Amino acid sequence: MAGIAAYGAYVPRYRLGPDTADWNSRVERAVANFDEDSVTMAVAAGIDCLSGRDRHAIDGIVFASTTAPYAEKQCASIVAAALDLRQDIFATDVSNVLRAGTNAIKSALDAVSAGSAKEVLVVVADSRQGPPRGETERASGDGAAAFVIAADGTIAESRGSHSITDNMLDHWRSPGDPFVRSWEDRFATEEGIERIVPDAVNGYFQRAGVVPSEVAKVALYAPDSRRHVRLARQLGFTEEQTESSMFGTVGNSGAAFVPMLLVSALESASPGDLLLAVSYGDGSDVLGFEATAAIMTAQRPAMGLTGWVDAKQSLGNYETYARWRDVWTLDDTSRRPSAASPSVSALWREGDKNVRLYGARCRACGYVQYPAQRVCVECRARDDHEPVRLSDKAGELFTYSMDYIAGAVDTPLVVAVVDFDGGGRVLCMMTDRELEEVRVGMPVEMSFRKLRVVNGIHNYYWKAIPRRTPAPVVVAA
Amino acid sequence: MSGIRDRVAVVGMGCTRFGERWDASAADLMVEAAYEAYEDSGLDADDIQAAWLGTVSSFRTGQPLAEALKLDYIPITRVENACATATDAFRNACYAVAAGVYDIVLAMGVEKLKDSGFSGLAIAAGPGSDVEPPTPPPSQFAMAATRYFHHYDIDYDDGKRTLAQIASKNHHNGTLNSKAHFQREVSEEQIINAPMIAWPLGLYDCCGVSDGAAAAIITTPEIARTLRDDYILVKGLGLAVGAFGVLRNDWDFTHFPETVRASQAAYEEAGITEPRAEIDMAMVHDCFTITELIIMEDLGFSPRGQASADVADGAFSLEGDLPVNTDGGLKCFGHPIGASGIRMIYEVYKQMQGKAGGRQLQKADLGITHNLGGRPGSFTCSVAVFGRPD
Repeated sequence: MAGIAAYGAYVPRYRLGPDTADWNSRVERAVANFDEDSVTMAVAAGIDCLSGRDRHAIDGIVFASTTAPYAEKQCASIVAAALDLRQDIFATDVSNVLRAGTNAIKSALDAVSAGSAKEVLVVVADSRQGPPRGETERASGDGAAAFVIAADGTIAESRGSHSITDNMLDHWRSPGDPFVRSWEDRFATEEGIERIVPDAVNGYFQRAGVVPSEVAKVALYAPDSRRHVRLARQLGFTEEQTESSMFGTVGNSGAAFVPMLLVSALESASPGDLLLAVSYGDGSDVLGFEATAAIMTAQRPAMGLTGWVDAKQSLGNYETYARWRDVWTLDDTSRRPSAASPSVSALWREGDKNVRLYGARCRACGYVQYPAQRVCVECRARDDHEPVRLSDKAGELFTYSMDYIAGAVDTPLVVAVVDFDGGGRVLCMMTDRELEEVRVGMPVEMSFRKLRVVNGIHNYYWKAIPRRTPAPVVVAA
Repeated sequence: MSGIRDRVAVVGMGCTRFGERWDASAADLMVEAAYEAYEDSGLDADDIQAAWLGTVSSFRTGQPLAEALKLDYIPITRVENACATATDAFRNACYAVAAGVYDIVLAMGVEKLKDSGFSGLAIAAGPGSDVEPPTPPPSQFAMAATRYFHHYDIDYDDGKRTLAQIASKNHHNGTLNSKAHFQREVSEEQIINAPMIAWPLGLYDCCGVSDGAAAAIITTPEIARTLRDDYILVKGLGLAVGAFGVLRNDWDFTHFPETVRASQAAYEEAGITEPRAEIDMAMVHDCFTITELIIMEDLGFSPRGQASADVADGAFSLEGDLPVNTDGGLKCFGHPIGASGIRMIYEVYKQMQGKAGGRQLQKADLGITHNLGGRPGSFTCSVAVFGRPD
């Protein structure tokens, strides 16, 4: 029976909240750093989900988001490469609708049930932006979730689904517009979510032969906290049955909202628990899952939603956020020449180095070096090395500078030399850092980030971040 | 291998005023430097049989030198080796004379940096994947400073004080040099409290970005003797190119092996065994204050980890036992990249001739120049040793 075999999540480090000057709201929300987007957050959630698993067992990937960086160019393939997945796998992007996350999970369940794939990785991420100072900006949040959908080794089996499709123009965003637009609030509530979602949930109950009291937890979409409570009540769920909404911690993470709540529900589920995921957007998907006995013993994600929510840092002021989102444009023209377009052929040639973050271990002498060299830096053996994935290795900061000239958005830019456990050294940028914590010897890990967009090309690479995940367990030989 | 020692001589030199030369093109600067060298040597364009033009970004070929000086269809080669460019143009010119192919040649270094519109360097890399972190030179050398302080357990305040002493010394020397880009005293406190450029390096830890040109006329000792008594002799030339950078997991960022290797080669050629005791002056590549500090150890002037104490004692000031960057260095003479190496030779030449004015050293018999091109971990380093004829 198809179901969820593993789950993971990602929440960016930074929060707008009570400690943020000029934010003018007591409500906390998660904000992606300037170098994060839906692709990078999907990678981070994927890493969380795949910790301890064989990445090469994954034979399909679905990326879901309403904020894919490219209009033409698959994002699932970027995520697959960054996660160092196999190349002989099926990949697809699901986009354009708030329920893209549950669309993706349902497609993966169908693929596995039909036998066309054995282990499908679903990554869902969103970073929706509202106009400055508006309600959407206040209530939104950035984050991601990931699941391995498989036939075997499930911790939660599918208990069927029900979908409604309804052409509903209550929220929309056209190409080129950075902001989500919406029609009058009361119309969207009354004729949108509060009409459609009950139809979908009741349809599921009838189809699955389930009554509301049998549900242990419901991961329910709603645009804000008030309507979340109201909708749950309307559907007949008690407060205890309703998975805590992340309003006030993360915010409404769009297509990733329901998947993230599902992660949260899985984190505390017991065998036999019935979990519902209920999304909204041009209709609604209702997905049912029943936790299996394996949920008690299965490998847990490195951080999980709870871990990421707690590993947070308050952003000092709204201005920083505004700069990150390009709401404020900076004049940096007098500092450096404008960046030239990256060479696409060079990017292609260096994919293993840049996206998979492969170093190499010399087969002759064992020396680990980054990037891979045709002639070994230690013993000069020629063309005799094997790849070493450095993206998931813990590292330490060997030395650094804090450059007030080179970085425009993230001044000062911390340029880092990182030494990895097991060998290998990389010169890279550091992000998600508070200046006070940067020191020689600090524990760091790598995070997939967007360096810049030039010529419409989103140039991704890895940066060092202060280590947020627990140190890897070292098994004594 | 017979080496270069005593086989070539410098008989004429010129150097422009360095600085923001809004008034001058690269060609203008070359004319200024070349005609000073002609006048100094008593030679002219008709005597030059071949030339080497060092420039990092101002020209692509040697042809602009022919055009500026109206040279007569002679062979000219453009040399580019990052910040070691000028010394390497000089080195190639020396070898051509030593080989006996030419009698009299010209080595020219020039850079016109201030037409870019940017206050720092604006040299673009070629097309690539562009994932390397933006590391303008301050950032690269700041990483060496961070690690040096950590390695020797030097706290921030003490480290900044040492660096300030280096900058302050070079600023003082610059006041005695009418061709220097910066000619004013700056106190240690000003230096320490200046705005950060790349932590821990502040504004005054960084050298000037300047326009300028410098030229040397090179010949055989036999011909030199017929032209003047106070020519100088090349005693040794070392060039070492680093290949490892951060590829090596064990490089410490607190020493630059390229300087060690290039200086060992040059010392050996020149017969120097105790550099601190034998050398009278050194013009070194102080692109940043931390660079000068580390160079003092790499050149064998101070034991490892001890350069700070020598700096504090004033060992490298004009009154010290081994004056360093008597002309203000890159810090204050300025750094037109492709010209700097020959500018250093110009100072050694003037000191040996007793023409260094207010900064004249009492003893100036053996001098070295030192250029570091590239970035920590993968430098091109050039060291040249000069002496007087016996």
